[in-house]
Amino acid sequence: MTAFIQPAAVRRSVTVRVSRERAFSVFTEGFDRWWPRSHTISDSPLKKAVIEPRVGGRWFGLSEDGRESEWGDVLVFEPPARLVLAWRIGGQWTYDPNLLTEVEVTFTDLGQGQTRVDLEHRGLERLGAAGEAARVAIAGPEGWGGLLEAFRAAAEG
Amino acid sequence: MTYGRALAALADDTRRQVFEQLARGPRSVSAIAKELPVTRPAVSQHLKVLKEAGLVLDQAEGTRRIYQIDPAGLGPLRAWLDQFWGVALDAFAAEVERTRDEEQGQ
Repeated sequence: MTAFIQPAAVRRSVTVRVSRERAFSVFTEGFDRWWPRSHTISDSPLKKAVIEPRVGGRWFGLSEDGRESEWGDVLVFEPPARLVLAWRIGGQWTYDPNLLTEVEVTFTDLGQGQTRVDLEHRGLERLGAAGEAARVAIAGPEGWGGLLEAFRAAAEG
Repeated sequence: MTYGRALAALADDTRRQVFEQLARGPRSVSAIAKELPVTRPAVSQHLKVLKEAGLVLDQAEGTRRIYQIDPAGLGPLRAWLDQFWGVALDAFAAEVERTRDEEQGQ
């Protein structure tokens, strides 16, 4: 069987009790304040996480050893409605400028001061050597495996 | 098509914890059971579901069976990204709430 399997996009949503403008602002300008510290591809601890607020800007992590690890660039920047980030992290969890998967974040006004934030990560079939990526990410000694519980604890703490 | 099954398999909280145990490296049933408040037969049952969903592999090592995450295919990666973004959005919502309270408190 040679059928090409296209994986469904990953979709997550959250509703927050603030305006769209405020939600968009916290998501982008406030990115460093909420991005989980362990969500990094560097082996040095993450010091700062940045989304440059313009089309063509980069989103990246700055680690404590002073190095920047690039995750991709900003494809769409439309406050307060929509943000699309290129996620260019490939097979070995390294930055690959030729790889394109997209993370689209939309902010929908639900009225009464509430905003729904929908996130879609698509184009996952382009991750190519995904088996290897999954192995490194999930099972590797320095991979991201096991961090999920820490993230959850931090988020709920 | 295993992605749907993979996600359904991970929808159970205990089963996800079993999967996360394996995310740290290959384990036997008893090693997994030691870390979780469930019995060995229950762990075996969860592993069976994870195996059928294509998320884990097992192999005999002496008298024990050792389980590990199946590195093939996008299933585990997709499941992992799903949790990755879930955690990130939870952290985002927590920050929105935190600064909202600060603003109201002023």
